[in-house]
Amino acid sequence: MTVHTAVKPKIAVRNVSFTYEDGTRALKNITLDIPPNEIFVLFGPSRAGKTTLLRLFNRLSDLIEGARHEGDVLFNDKSVFDEDVEIASLRRRISMVFALPTPLPGSIWDNLTYGLKLAGVRNEAVLEERVTESLQQAALWDEVKDRLNSSASALSGGQQQRLCLARSLALRPEVILLDNPTSGLDPLSTGIVEDSLAELKQQYTIVMVPHSVQQAARIADRAAFLLDGELIEVGDGGELFTNPKDQRTEDYVTGRFG
Amino acid sequence: MTRQQMNKIAVGVITAVAALVVIPTVLVIVYIFVQGIGAISWEFLTQPPTNGMTEGGIMPALLGTVYLTFGTAIVSMPLAIGAAIYLAEYAGDTWLTRMVRLAIVNLAGIPSIVYGLFGLGAFVLTMRLGTSIIAGSLTLGIMTLPVVISTAEEALLAVPERFRVTSYSLGATRWQTIWHQVLPQALPGILTGVILGLGRAAGETAPLLFTVAAFYLPDLPKSIFDQTMALPYHLYVISTQVPNMPLDIQYGTALVLLMIVLALTLVATIVRTRMRRRREW
Repeated sequence: MTVHTAVKPKIAVRNVSFTYEDGTRALKNITLDIPPNEIFVLFGPSRAGKTTLLRLFNRLSDLIEGARHEGDVLFNDKSVFDEDVEIASLRRRISMVFALPTPLPGSIWDNLTYGLKLAGVRNEAVLEERVTESLQQAALWDEVKDRLNSSASALSGGQQQRLCLARSLALRPEVILLDNPTSGLDPLSTGIVEDSLAELKQQYTIVMVPHSVQQAARIADRAAFLLDGELIEVGDGGELFTNPKDQRTEDYVTGRFG
Repeated sequence: MTRQQMNKIAVGVITAVAALVVIPTVLVIVYIFVQGIGAISWEFLTQPPTNGMTEGGIMPALLGTVYLTFGTAIVSMPLAIGAAIYLAEYAGDTWLTRMVRLAIVNLAGIPSIVYGLFGLGAFVLTMRLGTSIIAGSLTLGIMTLPVVISTAEEALLAVPERFRVTSYSLGATRWQTIWHQVLPQALPGILTGVILGLGRAAGETAPLLFTVAAFYLPDLPKSIFDQTMALPYHLYVISTQVPNMPLDIQYGTALVLLMIVLALTLVATIVRTRMRRRREW
């Protein structure tokens, strides 16, 4: 079922299964390639395993007690589960934005520099450069440039989510994981975020769980349809949504279930 | 009688019972206040007792209680916060944590006189600290551990998981996450527990009996290895051991002790409500 791409995959998922402590199998033998500099969309109904798969990439799945995985996730050809992988640095290179915008307590500046400072960046000039750059990339700069020291939680929901995106970008990751980042946003903010993502794929590899099939169809360069922990179909964005090969994919994208 | 009437009566009875709970508290405070306020003066607070303690003030006892409260905080805070962090953030459900929790529950149920005897055996005699402020502080510190650990653990667990996950996702280690996100957010709750624990420690008599308290010692302690007077013990002494003790001094002493404990509780409540209002979740 692997789609063979000419370029080397940024992330390669190899026969991955994931089982929760209670025995629920959230992922069943998934294999797929995520090429660099594209928006890769993982979609499907709830409990399909999208979030679980996303969290395996940067090993946030480690936080789930009692769960276990089989198979392998390769990032730049190297297993993320290798003993010598430093998890903190892996998470800086594969950064994540969550469905619920979670500004950390403190100012906008504090939020943007949190990860950098933990990584040992102390130089004010560097911090300032990264803050400016990432806020511009997330299309938030114009709105907050005069109040970087005010509280991050005072921002609107849409601004908070872009702040979270900028906070991830400030680390200059290679991959950005987005778990339904526009779930709580109004259509206008959603549009702004989607536009930023389209820009960002020049520099980053983006893996996203979309809010809806419509959103998936709008932004996906490539998409994978998951159902009950199984990978049903992977394909080109245009192809998969207009001309799916599998009946279940067709039923889902045409709204017959889900 | 209709169901609605029945309901009204039930609500009325329950409300009345709840209100009854307030009465003893108010009565105690008002009674002590009325009886004791006459004795309170600047001299009463700043002079040592004189003439076989039947005259003069309570300064050495007051200061001793302040010292002991600080000492208790210094002993119990690091231990309790460390234990709470371990229980809330690191330990899963293992036999060790079950043992620790069981120990905490049992610690809370130990009579305070037993703490006093334990302090005598462990700190005064075995560790050769003598009857001293440090022995008393250690004893009171251990006694306050259960309440401080439980409230601190609760405060840590109340910090929403998404702040932890967010911190991890930005490349923080577990300790960095605890230090930069969890602890600051849990601090108001932890402080509340500490202050409530101190309030209890400040009012205790039995743990001081053999570990620190002096019957009569007008000189102030010069180091943590000295004995000191303490308010609760002083109150016990002047109420039972001194003949012809004027009543107003007894009530005045009780009033000062009550005010210290109430003040600590009040501070804890204020800290908690203010921080809660400022909190972002």
